[in-house]
Amino acid sequence: MASKKSPKKAAAKKAAKPKKSAAQVKVEKVKILQATDAQLVKISSDRLLSLNLGEMKKVAAYFRRKGRNPTDAELECIAQTWSEHCKHKVFNGIISYVENGRKELIDNLFKQTIVKATKDIREADGDGDRCVSVFEDNAGVIEFDDNFHFAFKVETHNHPSALDPYGGANTGIGGVIRDPMGTCLGATPIFNVDVFCFAPPDMPHDKLPKGILHPKRIYKGVVAGVRDYGNKMGIPTINGSLHFDDRYLGNPLVYCGTGGLIPVDRVEKKARPGDLIVAVGGKTGRDGIHGATFSSIELDSDSETSSSGAVQIGNPIVEKKALDIIIQARAMFLYDCITDCGAGGFSSAVGEMGKDIGAEVHLERCPLKYGGLAPWEILLSEAQERMVLSIPPNNLFKFLRLCERENVEATIIGKFTNTKRFVVRHEGVDVADLDMKFLHGGVPRYPRPAVWNTRKHPEPKIADPENLNRALEKVLGSYNVASKEWVVRQYDHEVQGASVLKPLQGAQDDGPGDAAVVAPLFGSYRGIAVSNGIAVRYGDIDTYWMAASAIDEAIRNAVAVGADIDDIAILDNFCWGNPDKPDRLGDLVRASRACYDIATAYGTPFISGKDSFYNEFAIEGETIAIPPTLLISATGIIPDVRRVVSMDFKKPGNPVYVVGTTFNEMGGSQYYQTLGFIGNSVPKLNAKKSKKIFKALTGAIRSGCVRACHDASDGGLAVAFAESAFAGGFGADIDARLIPRAAGVKRTDNLLFSESNTRFVVEVDFAKRKEFEKQMKNVPCALVGVVTKKPRLTVTGLNCKTAISAGIDKLKAVWKAPLAW
Amino acid sequence: MKDVRAIVLRTAGTNCDRETVFALASAGADVDLVHINMIANGEKSLDRYQILALPGGFSYGDDISAGRVLANELINKIEEPVNKFVADGKLVVGICNGFQALVKTGLLPGFAAKKGRSGMARPSVTLFDNDCGHFECRWIYLKNDPKSPCVFTKGVQRVITLPIAHGEGKIIFDKPETRKKVIANKQIVFKYCDAEGNLSGYPVNPNGSEENIAGLCNATGRVFGLMPHPERHITATQHPRWTRGEGADPGHGFAIFQNAVDFAAKEL
Repeated sequence: MASKKSPKKAAAKKAAKPKKSAAQVKVEKVKILQATDAQLVKISSDRLLSLNLGEMKKVAAYFRRKGRNPTDAELECIAQTWSEHCKHKVFNGIISYVENGRKELIDNLFKQTIVKATKDIREADGDGDRCVSVFEDNAGVIEFDDNFHFAFKVETHNHPSALDPYGGANTGIGGVIRDPMGTCLGATPIFNVDVFCFAPPDMPHDKLPKGILHPKRIYKGVVAGVRDYGNKMGIPTINGSLHFDDRYLGNPLVYCGTGGLIPVDRVEKKARPGDLIVAVGGKTGRDGIHGATFSSIELDSDSETSSSGAVQIGNPIVEKKALDIIIQARAMFLYDCITDCGAGGFSSAVGEMGKDIGAEVHLERCPLKYGGLAPWEILLSEAQERMVLSIPPNNLFKFLRLCERENVEATIIGKFTNTKRFVVRHEGVDVADLDMKFLHGGVPRYPRPAVWNTRKHPEPKIADPENLNRALEKVLGSYNVASKEWVVRQYDHEVQGASVLKPLQGAQDDGPGDAAVVAPLFGSYRGIAVSNGIAVRYGDIDTYWMAASAIDEAIRNAVAVGADIDDIAILDNFCWGNPDKPDRLGDLVRASRACYDIATAYGTPFISGKDSFYNEFAIEGETIAIPPTLLISATGIIPDVRRVVSMDFKKPGNPVYVVGTTFNEMGGSQYYQTLGFIGNSVPKLNAKKSKKIFKALTGAIRSGCVRACHDASDGGLAVAFAESAFAGGFGADIDARLIPRAAGVKRTDNLLFSESNTRFVVEVDFAKRKEFEKQMKNVPCALVGVVTKKPRLTVTGLNCKTAISAGIDKLKAVWKAPLAW
Repeated sequence: MKDVRAIVLRTAGTNCDRETVFALASAGADVDLVHINMIANGEKSLDRYQILALPGGFSYGDDISAGRVLANELINKIEEPVNKFVADGKLVVGICNGFQALVKTGLLPGFAAKKGRSGMARPSVTLFDNDCGHFECRWIYLKNDPKSPCVFTKGVQRVITLPIAHGEGKIIFDKPETRKKVIANKQIVFKYCDAEGNLSGYPVNPNGSEENIAGLCNATGRVFGLMPHPERHITATQHPRWTRGEGADPGHGFAIFQNAVDFAAKEL
């Protein structure tokens, strides 16, 4: 791709000889000054730049002013910097939106919703504001204790994982670990999280379209990829979830996140003119070229051939070695600034660090995996395990000595300047010379159409079954609800010795925990709860309530273990289809607005986030788009981890309560899915009332009344009762007639399987039941049954007859079987 | 009581060093965390320490096989100081990856001591891929042999619980005689068992290890290695079922470090 003009022979010779002389350096001038619109479009598509005509014209105009054509490296550099991946043009752009016929113009959806929520919450919190750095650095940062701040970032690596599940997921987790490492002056990673969305693994092989890997293969590859990187980095994977839908067939979703701690006096970072640019860690290779632009295209059956080079190759030990060095250098104040080499490689890392001052890079100094790379490839490669540090010349010797001792490669590749230009050379030849202002601020904005109309799905007409044993078994055995133990056990969730609540809980260590809790500092009981929420099926009805429910789920999971909603911060990760299609973008507008409404009502700021669009796969003129998928990750600071509770029933004779009201909200429920329906009555949310419930429950948990607490989500209360019972190794006698419910709930199946938000199943210490009831007296809460020694779940229905009566061992077996490979 | 100095040796891919340092420090040792290259280049000496800990992790990515490259480094880069350390009767503990390295140097079970140039030579035991075929993290029970000469486990309760987290933890002997000798010498310090102390198969024995072996010591009982992680069970809240009223402070792993420090204070 690089040496289009040179004869093949010369290219082959060059490839064999790593060191190129100045004369051989191939920097191509791309003729765009006189190019027609059609030619500009062709240049963009031929070079996989993913720049549209408007953007190409802006580039051409810039170079016209400079009076010269751009080099290939300059074009690539602009394309990566302006990519959707790096600039979030859709979210920050202009949207002309029509909702049920009502028109409006939205100028910067992201600023109006996500950013505004955080801004408004921080203002309302005043002196109580817990945010340290939001939406600026590689990860969001909040206060942890007097000595440390906490950084958290969740990323996606969807496109690479579709082509190469192992490699894509491997470098996905490797990449997100570098985010906290490159936040402030470098956070020490303390945990990983991962959430995957796949097509059902039992899909018949003959139904598989060309160019798509079988979902089971993707599943196994992704799990192994994350496993081998996370475990080798020595970072515990403590929370996650798996979701299944046919539409993830061509585009599996791989979310990976990392949390870390940063000393409070290592927050400020700023590269200074004269500082040396030092690359630390891995060498640069041809893997990961065009990663950022590749993520902004739809996939098809040719993607594997055309874009496999965009997938990086991971080596966790190289990254671990770099981390070991950075933590030591951080303690010695050896550097001014740090960032990771992610999308856009050196071009983006150095460009970002030198945005306000200027930088000069000499590509021939960059250590390469092998020879033959064109200068633009060295500049843009997204090869893994590379960090860029800004080191004052005085500290260089100390830093290099540290690296030498631990066999870590560190190379001076240039210096920061005060020219406000980004200058790149290779063996003395000019490769790029761009104004920082144009590179970072030049991307044009233009309106995209978006539309959203209320949807109507068929409602199932089914009789209320008298006996719900079979229905419960079907829901427990559905992929979305079934045990994920096979995955969880392949991740080390104990390394670093900080785990307080593990992903698997209960008498046999196999119950599904709502949130994980770590106490990351030895000798301190201060901890962090980590949870997630995702509500894929609700988006088929309304993405507004899907987003609201995802936020509620993430928060109620954290509250269930003992986090106070006032100490919770959240992260958003949007994975969507092609936003150039108005209906996809309309879904995004609805979801974003819910994010603003619910987050502000809850007072839970967004501290970081990411979006991944174009998750569509083209097959013979049609595309499969993923369902709109919003992952909300929640993190709550826990003042004393000895007060947290797990989800398993603890003692026969203890009373069982249900907290929160059940509405007739069967739309998008797991129960409807097992019947083949979506329905329309999507779970909604009254955030003001919900917040009161959260606060009351936290008070009860902190005062020690609560022995077990489990949130009701997929599968509703029936699943929550069953899980708490079989995880605890005890039965329960429940009277459904006592469950707090809205007037519209008249059927037992609706009551037990509705997925209304903000509900919990709570086991209370018998001796403290009065105190518990007092704490909960102003919120919907009712005594509904008792934990029994007899290992059987019995539920009396609204008609006074037994609706469920099943042995807990049977229920557990049904729940464990589907994904136990 | 005199000061006890412990060294936790780390290298590329070590990752349980922080909690191992904490465990030893909690037991009263003065602990240094040192990169293996600093011993090799003479910046630091093993002489000033009485306890050497090889922590868990994935040294050099466990490329080739788990602990193999680290074992080669111990043999080729710092053979003399390590041999002297062992010959002086000082204490060595290898946890998980550290155990894998000790086994692959031959220091455990230690039968090659007189062969070749040094105590380190061809291994007679290896740690191989788990029967389930992949890495697994779970809490298991261990039965300890009170008659074992191991100085790390004196007075440890009969059955304890610790987490394992490994992909290559299955003990295999090179020949039946080795197995016989290990058994005769009571070098099997820990066996995987259920909560009541009964031996059985997966998942009680999480990796398919011969004789359900989880930990081995050498004939003197001063070199000790185990796959489970005692440094991850020092406090009560690390216990997987502390919310159910199980577990206590200190956790079950603590005694192993306390025994080492107490022994070193008295005897070394």
